[in-house]
Amino acid sequence: MLDNLPRLPVAQWASDFVDWLTSSFSFIFDPIKEVLEGLMDWIIQILEFIPPTLFIVIVMALAFIFMKNKVLSPILIGVGLLFIYNQGLWANLIDTMTLVIISGLISVVFGIPLGILMSKSTGFETVMKPILDFMQTMPAFVYLIPAVAFFGIGMVPGVFASVIFSAPPTIRLTNLGIRQISAELIEASDSFGTTPMQKLVKVQLPLARSSIMAGVNQTIMLALSMVVIASMIGAPGLGTEVLSSLQRAQVGTGFVAGLGIVILAIIIDRFTQSKK
Amino acid sequence: MSVIEIKNVTKVFGTYDEEVQELLHNNASKDEIIKKTGATVAVKSANLSIESGEVFVVMGLSGSGKSTLIRLINRLIDPTEGDLLIKDKNVAQLSPSELREFRRSNLSMVFQNFALFPFKNILENAAFGLEVRKFPKKQRREKAEEALDLVGLGNYKKQLPNQLSGGMQQRVGLARALANDTDILLMDEAFSALDPLIRKEMQQELLQLQQKMQKTIVFITHDLDEALSIGDRIALMKDGEIAQVGKPEEIVTNPANDYVKSFVKDIDRSKVLKVKHVMKRVDGESISTDLPSINSEALLYETYPLFKDGVHELTVEANGQNIGILEFNKVFEVLAQGNEVENNVG
Repeated sequence: MLDNLPRLPVAQWASDFVDWLTSSFSFIFDPIKEVLEGLMDWIIQILEFIPPTLFIVIVMALAFIFMKNKVLSPILIGVGLLFIYNQGLWANLIDTMTLVIISGLISVVFGIPLGILMSKSTGFETVMKPILDFMQTMPAFVYLIPAVAFFGIGMVPGVFASVIFSAPPTIRLTNLGIRQISAELIEASDSFGTTPMQKLVKVQLPLARSSIMAGVNQTIMLALSMVVIASMIGAPGLGTEVLSSLQRAQVGTGFVAGLGIVILAIIIDRFTQSKK
Repeated sequence: MSVIEIKNVTKVFGTYDEEVQELLHNNASKDEIIKKTGATVAVKSANLSIESGEVFVVMGLSGSGKSTLIRLINRLIDPTEGDLLIKDKNVAQLSPSELREFRRSNLSMVFQNFALFPFKNILENAAFGLEVRKFPKKQRREKAEEALDLVGLGNYKKQLPNQLSGGMQQRVGLARALANDTDILLMDEAFSALDPLIRKEMQQELLQLQQKMQKTIVFITHDLDEALSIGDRIALMKDGEIAQVGKPEEIVTNPANDYVKSFVKDIDRSKVLKVKHVMKRVDGESISTDLPSINSEALLYETYPLFKDGVHELTVEANGQNIGILEFNKVFEVLAQGNEVENNVG
């Protein structure tokens, strides 16, 4: 009986929809691609312009300034970066960092305002929640297909897929952080006659800060986890090394590139979690 | 002159439909309404008139609607029905921007759990109201420092709230309200979260400050002792209704109904009633001046040490004149039982 039901042409619909998006909105996608490519080239050039030795020293100095453990953290970070340089992965590291920085920035720029809107409107929250669930649970590989359709191959579609996959934590935790503020503090703010903007900037965002930062941290970690996946559509970086090792069954080089990603992840994680 | 007029104000949480209106009209109880319609009646046609410069205490147990009532005054909660006149302006009808402006220049609030901003230091917290009003930085700082000095926290400007004890935190809350320099001060269970000794101390300080400031203070509490010791007048609330309004001695000696009576029966009357409430008024010249003298404003317990060595009568003086006689028997009688002093109250 069940076999008699015609198959719903969902795949056809999805593919038609993406085709339609691609052809109708190429006037949006193309400039986005150009701007992003320009921006990324610029960042990569700056980062590559800095000699690796100086770069490592700068990162160690930042670790010394911002991290609690003033001795161990800078040393471990320095050793980690030296290891990556030593393995000949420095250029890949720069590419990956650029990808993560750009996707992180875009996620934060769009994610925090969306989270604020969600906290202000329960209706919008109800609409957004399933969308965020969808964005997070859909296998990340699936985003690569429309990304290529929209932006061709290279770093830009990688950023696109990373943003969709990694933005939800920032959005969710911004919303949650603002909603969790105690009612009395909001009343205090209102009782002194704050405008909605004053309340947001002077009270809500500072009070939600640690929650928002946890979201940003999660977002960056997820973006980093997209590095390998994005390399499948030609996004350069440490992920490319992992992917090619996989294709050639080279355990050793795969392990080293993977280790590079882990080191980068730990460094970024410690920086985004550090509190002065 | 009354500063705050609350006229027939009702607040219903939940749907306010005809059924609820009719039940309210028929004087149905809070429980009955919630059972039949699911709507909660927090405040039921309240009428109050609060005078300029008085400390007006709203006292009630939890769920009596007192916290809702104070939030209706600055419209943190919108009234369902009724008019709220503050300085002859109907707050219930202000637009959002008018309301903001009105709150900024007329009302300051102190909260039960202090509601200090944890990321701001003490000085910044105290200056919050002024910051919102976009005062220039220097002026903000000066006014906030002044307010902190008033509450005795001048030396803690750079600390963060969580580095201070509860009592000190509430002083910051008070300073934040005072720095704003509004005529009306709303205090929502302001001292309830403090331990008893600190609470007493804060009550005394508030009264001392009030003597200088002469603000209109609306003070919410669930503690009858607190209400009696700081209130110029007290409103007792029960189930959203105002059971009685009166001066402390009126509430104690003339409870309007059984509810109020059960409330005040365990109160130490000697710390509420004053000499003038119990004395016998006599023409000044006929009083023997051999007797020990006591001020008419003194509380009854302060007379105890004077009744000794066979003294049974005291002269009562007010403004340097002898105005009456206080008999030991009368004092004893009033404290021992009851309600015989209504003639003198007021």
